Amino acid sequence: MTQLLAAIGYPQWILHVLLLLPLAGAVPILLGPVAAAKRTALVVTLLEFVLSVGLWWAVDTRPGTLQLTASVPWVPGWGINYAVGIDGISLAMVLLTTLLMPLSVLASWSYITERERGYYALLVVLTTGMLGVFLATDLFLFYVFWEVMLIPMYFIIGIWGGKNRLYAAIKFFVFTMVGSFLMLVAILALAWTVAGRTGEPLSFDYAHLLANARAAAGLAPWLFGAFALAFAIKVPVFPLHTWLPDAHVEAPTAGSVLLAGVLLKMGTYGFLRYAVPFFPGVAMSPWVTNLVIVLALVGIVYGALVAMVQPDIKKLVAYSSVSHLGFVMLGIWAATVQSLDGAVMVMIGHGLSTGALFFLVGMLYERRHSRDIAAYGGIARVVPVFSLIFSVVALSSIGLPGLNGFIGEFLVLIGSFRVHPVATGIATTGVIFAAAYLLWALQRIIYNRLDQRENETLSDLSPRELAVLLPLLAAIVWLGLFPAPVLERIEPAALRYIEAVRGPMGLFQVSQRAAESPR
Amino acid sequence: MTLPLPGVLEAVQEAARAAPTAAAEGVVRLVWLTVALPLAGFLANGALALRRPEAKRAVSAIGAGVLIAAFGVALAVSASLFAHPPEAPIVVPLWRWISAGAIQISFAFQVDQLSVVMLLVVTGVGSLIHLFSIGYMREDDGYARYFSYLNLFVAFMLVLVLGASLPVAFVGWEGVGLCSYLLIGFWFTEEANANAGKKAFLVNRIGDFGVLIAMFMLWWSLRSLDFATIAQRAPLRLQAAHGLVTAITLFLFLGCTGKSAQIPLYTWLPDAMAGPTPVSALIHAATMVTAGVYLVARTNVLFAMAPLSSAVVAGIGALTALFAATIGLRQYDIKRVLAYSTVSQLGYMFLGVGTGAFVAGMFHLVTHAFFKALLFLGSGCVIHALRHAYHATHSHEDAQDMRNMGGLRRYLPWTFALMLLATAAIAGVPPFSGFFSKDEILSAAFGRGAEEPLWRLFWAMGVAAAFLTAFYMMRLIAMTFLGENRTGEREREHLHEAPWIMTGPLLVLGGLSVVGGLLNLPKLLGGSPALERWLEPVFAAANRTAPLIMPEGGTESALIGGAVLAAALGLFLGWRATLARPIRIAREAAPDAGFARVLFRKYYVDEIYDALIVRPIVWLSRLVLWKGVDQGVVDGAMVNGSASLARGLGWLGGRLQSGQLGFYVAVFLIGAVWLLRAVTR
Repeated sequence: MTQLLAAIGYPQWILHVLLLLPLAGAVPILLGPVAAAKRTALVVTLLEFVLSVGLWWAVDTRPGTLQLTASVPWVPGWGINYAVGIDGISLAMVLLTTLLMPLSVLASWSYITERERGYYALLVVLTTGMLGVFLATDLFLFYVFWEVMLIPMYFIIGIWGGKNRLYAAIKFFVFTMVGSFLMLVAILALAWTVAGRTGEPLSFDYAHLLANARAAAGLAPWLFGAFALAFAIKVPVFPLHTWLPDAHVEAPTAGSVLLAGVLLKMGTYGFLRYAVPFFPGVAMSPWVTNLVIVLALVGIVYGALVAMVQPDIKKLVAYSSVSHLGFVMLGIWAATVQSLDGAVMVMIGHGLSTGALFFLVGMLYERRHSRDIAAYGGIARVVPVFSLIFSVVALSSIGLPGLNGFIGEFLVLIGSFRVHPVATGIATTGVIFAAAYLLWALQRIIYNRLDQRENETLSDLSPRELAVLLPLLAAIVWLGLFPAPVLERIEPAALRYIEAVRGPMGLFQVSQRAAESPR
Repeated sequence: MTLPLPGVLEAVQEAARAAPTAAAEGVVRLVWLTVALPLAGFLANGALALRRPEAKRAVSAIGAGVLIAAFGVALAVSASLFAHPPEAPIVVPLWRWISAGAIQISFAFQVDQLSVVMLLVVTGVGSLIHLFSIGYMREDDGYARYFSYLNLFVAFMLVLVLGASLPVAFVGWEGVGLCSYLLIGFWFTEEANANAGKKAFLVNRIGDFGVLIAMFMLWWSLRSLDFATIAQRAPLRLQAAHGLVTAITLFLFLGCTGKSAQIPLYTWLPDAMAGPTPVSALIHAATMVTAGVYLVARTNVLFAMAPLSSAVVAGIGALTALFAATIGLRQYDIKRVLAYSTVSQLGYMFLGVGTGAFVAGMFHLVTHAFFKALLFLGSGCVIHALRHAYHATHSHEDAQDMRNMGGLRRYLPWTFALMLLATAAIAGVPPFSGFFSKDEILSAAFGRGAEEPLWRLFWAMGVAAAFLTAFYMMRLIAMTFLGENRTGEREREHLHEAPWIMTGPLLVLGGLSVVGGLLNLPKLLGGSPALERWLEPVFAAANRTAPLIMPEGGTESALIGGAVLAAALGLFLGWRATLARPIRIAREAAPDAGFARVLFRKYYVDEIYDALIVRPIVWLSRLVLWKGVDQGVVDGAMVNGSASLARGLGWLGGRLQSGQLGFYVAVFLIGAVWLLRAVTR
């Protein structure tokens, strides 16, 4: 497979095509007839997915460094390049994104009935933004993509959202803008300082800045703070999370799916790729470490408890995201092989299962126009297929072993245990609370007595809806049973992260720990 | 720098593929079929449940067929193992599961003397209960769904039993919990049933928290989660009686108290009776709830190294045995009596394994699977008969309340005879199976008392519980089968014995309850302890670390005599006390008063947990965290701060709502161009 792909030059063009294709696709969507908009969008996103699958073989993840790199000067005077590359972690994020995109288009099929052309055009432009964030290896380009992704999402919530869409959209916008503006300042300051101290020309190149970030040591706390704030808002880390429930509730289904499935991961991805490796001295200082760990734990427990008492299904899922992403933060800061493998697995697993949950809620909403848990009950008899899939997805979110959610959580916890045993113990209580909020919700939605007449005539999932859910379901089961190939692709990049964070000695210790193990 | 990792990975993988002994290899490797068959049954029946729920014949054939086939495979595997008993467990790796640094977990099954015992019990008793279910559930709308869940349960139970490492066993451990949840809430339109299912899952999750923490500790201290490796390394790398091994075993035991319904996490099991009765027999009596005992037996080396933990296990076991038995004295729902009885009997098993008498604990697990499954299925026949009678007469009485029964021996003679057998077995009447297994546990506890007086107390609690067991079981028999019938004039005519597909499995279990003691006849009675010899390699190391002290000669005879006396006294008093006064039917009965009421209300433990734990958490979450912190502090402050900002942005919003899309795209493009310009200038 690898040779076949090489023969057609796939490794040379794939990343650029992935970034350009959706942009190009927006043109026929905007200019074509309204009726064709969703079909065109589906073709574009499906093509995007099919093309991206080849990355599984084309990217050599073993070195753990960025692969398929390419760099073209964009603004030479400022040292800004169009530079892209991919490693195991971004590979996972890219595949997650391209998988969720066609499903999001399909899920919008009958949900979006107004201004379809604009909607689908924004959706495909959003694809470019999201993929760009994961693929960029030039910090300025990264920032541009970060903003590119923000704007379509703002419009998707603000135009096609629910009753309070404006409030939610502005809240989302303000929160993220504050963060990203600070990040821009930090990026510029970092590049300038590095250029000034090293005497080299101004450059935003990732590898260059990573290697020379020490030059900005004096500024490091401020720069890290700015990056961390931008990413923490995105994750979201408690107490910066309150934009999320509102944005989720008001966003149309696809918006919620992509918000939870992809956008939140950009925050943790940012920590993994930029904030922590650039300024390990600050990030891993006891003060910051303790703060992050505490906030992660608060997120895990608090998110789960608040999720438990939500009357609105979407808000429940939104708060559950706060809880799940807390595990990722814990894993990133514990910085062991297992905790990092696990953190990325949680990112993937959360994308799949929370994405699926939002799809399912959207399907319910299309039928009943209510997101109130109290509006349902006993529908398992009426819509058995829906209920079955809902249950499996909820179980994967709970972390039932055999499904994907377990792998990530288990690895994060077992990896973090040695470094932060007490914190890990507290985090592990998350498995109890997760079961509490999801099973309670599940009971009130699909079990109990069917006591509302409107629910008696609900129709079960249509073939189109099954087409949205079955790929996710397959991935949920597959990753739960056969996670090893994915873990192997993540691990070398995770080791690079450890090397950057703990220094070569840290990596040596990690390997030593590995070597002393069983024979 | 280069990473030494790939080489390490290979080495680890090599180690994971422990070389199987050549002799038993062929057949033993087929052990995966015992899991795959019920799993296939689950998929097939699940598909039928969604597409053709009326195809009940196909469902029965698949549902019971896969189980009987799995039992066949289990027999073959056991025979092959019996012919060549291995020194070390035979590990059958299936695929690489989790790979993260030094953590290399292969999805592997492990066949040894201990796992085949469980394998036979699960598939054997499981087959009988599947057959029984064909009759019991025949008229249920969810027939196909029922069998798919039941098949799935068996698949997970076997993963639990066969898993070669803690994480793989944990897949089964949580999976059986899931199936338990699904089957307790099987009739989910009743909120109480759905609540009971959820409660079971949540309480078990508290236990699972313990198992997870134990796994983390084991990994970082022993660098392995494989059972075989743990057993090998623990004595070398862990300090006996030290804090670490004590903590590991206590966390493991926390998991066991959840799964096996011990104090303080037992409260879910009585509620679990909301599920169909065959489910209570299979999951909540014979198999799943014994998983905790199995886990302790599986990690016996660790427990042998942690005397404190072992004392906790034995103490909790003895306490639970006694405590649950007292509640059982005063329940009227026939299944609830049996539920508390199960909690109590599981307590005996923990008393056994906590004392270091792993064989005795496993022995009681096996005999209990026989007689308790029989008792539950028998109660199923009784409930089945009453339900039909009430149904035929359009009556709304409680078909499970023993006050509505009485005199059923005339209408259900086979069920009566078989349940009487099982009662004799559980009460410890010689020579029925329960007598031998319970006696062995009590003797071991007494023997350990020679060194540690605390065990004398545990032993006394066990004897007291044995007396109570005999009492409440005889009360059950008397209220159900003896005396005058209280079902009702018209109803009485509709009472009849269950069809053969239900009584057949009862007969087999009856036979096993009688002769089950032969598995491990004590030497005192001229027998040879076959189970003990069979399991010897599994527990050898643990028994070396913490040797058992078994009473011999006169002491042993006296102990046996005392136990038999307690049982006889309990049976007699149970019979006399129950029938001394006339029993009024449930609808007309006066509520219990005094201590009887406390017992009937289960010491109000559920209410206490609710008031101390559940309500405060919900209150905290809703009023303090959500309304207070989230909406009040965080958002309140944020929103207040940003309100002016929002007003400032308001004009943008106005544009948003009234404007055309072209406008937004234009704004977006202009913005992008401006950005580019700003940068390039």
